[in-house]
Formats: sequence, C-alpha cells, structure tokens
Amino acid sequence: MMVRDSLILAQRTVTKMVRNPEQFLDVSVQPIVMTVIFVFIFGGAIAGTSQDYLQFALPGIIVQTIMTTAMTIGVNLNSDLKNGVFDRFRSLPIARSAPLMGAVTGDVVRHSIAIGVTLAFGAAIGFRFLTPWYSVATAIVLMIVFAMSLCWTSVFIGMLARSSGAVQGLSFLIVFPLTFGSSAFVPAATMPGWLQGWVAINPVTHVTDAMRGLLVGNSIMTPGTTVGGEVLWVLLSCVVLVGVFFPLAMRAYRTKL
Amino acid sequence: MTAAIEARGLTKRFGSTQALAGIDLTVEPGRVLGVLGPNGAGKTTAVRILATLLKPDAGTVRVAGFDVLSHPVEVRRRIGLTGQYASVDEDLRGVENLVMIGRLLGLSRSSAKARAAELLEEFELTDAGDRLAKTYSGGMRRRLDLAASLIGRPSVVFLDEPTTGLDPAKRDDVWEMIRTLVRQGTTVLLTTQYLEEADALANEITVIDHGLVIAHDTPDGLKRQVGGQTLEVRPADDRDLDRVTALLASVGTRAPEFPSPSLVSVPVAGADALTATVARLHAENIAVTELSLRLPSLDEVFYSLTGHTPAAPASPSTPGLVTEGAAS
Repeated sequence: MMVRDSLILAQRTVTKMVRNPEQFLDVSVQPIVMTVIFVFIFGGAIAGTSQDYLQFALPGIIVQTIMTTAMTIGVNLNSDLKNGVFDRFRSLPIARSAPLMGAVTGDVVRHSIAIGVTLAFGAAIGFRFLTPWYSVATAIVLMIVFAMSLCWTSVFIGMLARSSGAVQGLSFLIVFPLTFGSSAFVPAATMPGWLQGWVAINPVTHVTDAMRGLLVGNSIMTPGTTVGGEVLWVLLSCVVLVGVFFPLAMRAYRTKL
Repeated sequence: MTAAIEARGLTKRFGSTQALAGIDLTVEPGRVLGVLGPNGAGKTTAVRILATLLKPDAGTVRVAGFDVLSHPVEVRRRIGLTGQYASVDEDLRGVENLVMIGRLLGLSRSSAKARAAELLEEFELTDAGDRLAKTYSGGMRRRLDLAASLIGRPSVVFLDEPTTGLDPAKRDDVWEMIRTLVRQGTTVLLTTQYLEEADALANEITVIDHGLVIAHDTPDGLKRQVGGQTLEVRPADDRDLDRVTALLASVGTRAPEFPSPSLVSVPVAGADALTATVARLHAENIAVTELSLRLPSLDEVFYSLTGHTPAAPASPSTPGLVTEGAAS
C-alpha cells in the first residue's frame, strides 16, 4: 500500500523532471565541469600526470557529484510544500510518508544520470575500469543506495528551513567539509595529523574507498582497507543516515503547516 | 441523526495569535454550512482541522462519523478538500492530476482514467484535459481543483473560499457546480467572505470573527438580524443630496450613511422599500444615476452583529484599537 502510493508519487516526480529539463543541467554538466577542473587543472600537480590522477580521483568525483545531487531534493521539496499540492496529499488516505518517499524514489533518475555521465565522461578521457563488470555494477548500485539514504538529511533540512535559499546554504555547509575533508581528491597521507583523524572517520572517505575498490582495485585504496569492509561501512552508514534522518524529516513534515 | 460534521470547542493558537478561541460547528448530512468571516477570522484554520491537516489544541471533531484525531484515515477516505489556492500540480496535464489522485485513492489505472474522464466532462474541461495545468486560466484551475477533490466520491466536501479571485461569470459557474454536488447528497462546508455567496449556497450560516462564533442562523434569519437589505441611491445632482437623505431616512431601519460623498445608503426591511423609494423619487422629481437594492456587505453584517467593522487582518493583536477607531 505504502510502496504503491510512493511509486505513484515517484512517477509524479519523474514526470515533473522530464517537463522541466533544466533540472537535469546540474546532474549532466556539473560532473563534467568538476572532472575537467580536478583532472586537468589540479591533477598534474597532485599526482604527477593528469592521467594518473584521473584514475585516482574519478571515484571521488562520483561521490562528490552524488553528494550535491542528493542535496537538491530538500530545495525542491521546500518550494513544493508552499503550493497547495501537499495539502491535497495530506487530505488523502495515504501514508503520511508517501509524498516524501515518492520524491526520494523519483530522484533515483537524477542520481543515475549523474553517475552515468561521470563514468562515461571519465571513460572518454581515459579512465580505465580495472575490475569485472559485476564489480562496476555493484559500485553503481551502492552509490544509488548511498544517495537515497543521504537524501533524507536534505529532506529534513528542506522541511525545517523557511526558504529554499536557506536549504541551499545549509546543504553547502554540510557537503563542503564532508567532501574536501576526505580522501576523495587527495590521499590522506599528505595531510596534517589532526586532519587525518577527521578524514579517517568521515563517511565520504569510506564511500570513496569503496568506489575505488569496486572500479579500479585495492591498489589505490587507503592502505589497510578492503573492498568488502568498506562496502559494509557504507551500508552501515546508510542505515544510520536513514535511521536518524527519516524520523526527523517525518516529524518536521508532520508539524509543518 | 448523526451530524456529518460536528466540532465542539475547537481552539488553536499559533505563537501569540489565537486563531480559534473555542468554536462549535454542526452540519447535518446533505446540508450546506456557510462559514462567513473576514480574512484572519480563523476560517481556514477551522477547515484545516476538520480536514485532518492540522491538530486542534483542544476540542473534539467528528467528520462523517469518525473522530478526526483517532481515525484520521477513515475521515480522509470520506472527505474532499478544495483549498483557498487551487492545489493543482502545474507541471502535470489536467488529466494526469486527476488520474494521480484517483490512483492514490486506490483506484486501478483504468478506473482512475475513467473517473478522470467523467469529471473532466462534468467540469467542462475535456478539451483542456491534455494541456499542462500551468496553461489553465484561474477559473479552469478552480474547476480542476474541485474535480480533484471529488474523485473519491466524498460524502463531505470542504470548500475554502472557492470563488475568491474569480470574476463574476466564473463565480457563477463554480456556484452551479456546488449546487450540483449538493443535489447529489453531498454535505458541504464552505468558507467565504461574501454574505451573497453564503446566501446563494448555504442552508445555514455561521459567522466567525477572532476565532469565535458570533452568529449562527439561516440566511433569512441572519439577514433579519442584520437589517435585511441595503438600499443605495446616487442623485444625479449633488444639490438633491439632502432631499434624498431625508427620503431614505423615512424608509430605512437606521440612519442613512454615506459610503461615498454623493451616495446615500440605508438598511431596509424588505423589497417594498424599493418600490416606495422609486415612487417618491418620481413624485419629488429627483433624478438619480444609481439606485440599487443589495444584501449587506460583510462589513455591514459585522457592524450590526458586533458594533464594529471587522479588524484588519494586519492587526489581529489590537482589536481594541480597531473597535475604537471604527466606533468613533
């Protein structure tokens, strides 16, 4: 029942995306721009050659892209709440969570595009997949699961904030230290000790390591980690994200006028 | 008989604003209750509580036989809600809006489509069904919104200011649709700022102000209470103003007032006053450019019920000041 309602509402989200194609700009152009900036501008300085850096950084760029993509849902929901459509949903005999679940589910389309564009562009400029196809498939699925879990933090912010501009500002404050304070772009070994402490516990580091393991192999992962261990770490952080932010988002949604 | 809507002692406070200060509302099945009040009186808050969107701070509400607090889902199965602003999804086509709601109400894809087609036909939107709702005019949006609230064949329908912002022709269309709904046996609670609208549609009228019920009566009873109708005369020549004022003073139930410098207005008890006025204007040879008999405006209703005009919505916390200003 709740699954059916959520899927009907996910379809609404997707239809609205297709009717407003500019919503796809961030997920299609942004990953390309980020890849170009990191690989061709910083890459040579960080890794010696841009080609070596591409191999190291592309998994990190995918994670960074997904983080920003996941954060837009709160902005959209915040403005959606202001028109009367959500009042109608609330007056229907459906699960209270269905409109939010529908939005999160519908956003899978955006995440898939973001991952697809990054991988395709990366491959076009020379990124080599060094693992079997099923490993790459696992990486994609893991990224989507992580994105859907991360969405709930953004949904929560979207329910709390007064304006969609505020949602954007808050999201940036969260995403920025998480992505750059990780091993996504630079190996942690080059950082000062106090920062290494944060990098080691930052979930983005583990997501990036899992992606590196699944797309390239152990060679570029943080020393001492294994693919299986990091994947488990990611799944656990997904459970924690959903366990904490889904109830918080629902409570904020219920009390929202 | 069990009432279709029964609210007792509803209160709701938002921060420092007491939106509802303990109101009772009762609507028998198949009847229409008009809830009349100015902006900020608490009408929308009351509707949102009755439609399970908002929890009251205190009080009990039963809608369609179920308690809204303990059985909200049962209530939602039986109600339709049309908000103050048409709540249609602009990026969806008209028909997609209706099919989505139908499917959320548990209809299969094919029955949702059939029901949508039926309602589009009924609301004269069949030709526009395949257009995006954002291309609709204000009147079409209202109709689509109303159609969306009727998909589940609700037994109780809430209409929150269904005609606010519509031009008179579109307003008449919406009125006709509401009448059709009532003929089919639906219980309706509608909020409005216009006595004329409540008079045209409702069996009973509840007047609220500052979150309190200040009157409850049939439209005729209410009109008797507030002085029936208002007669307005605008003489062609301003020099006739004094004679017109004297004339109206003799037919009216209260001293004449001047809504604008050359317009004289007076509450009258019945339509006979109009005939009498026309005859005497003719006898005294006074030319007029405007002569009309109309229902009292919301301001006049409030004035006769409370002795003051409704508080401006911008200053809900200072009713005393407004009363003083209006009474002086």
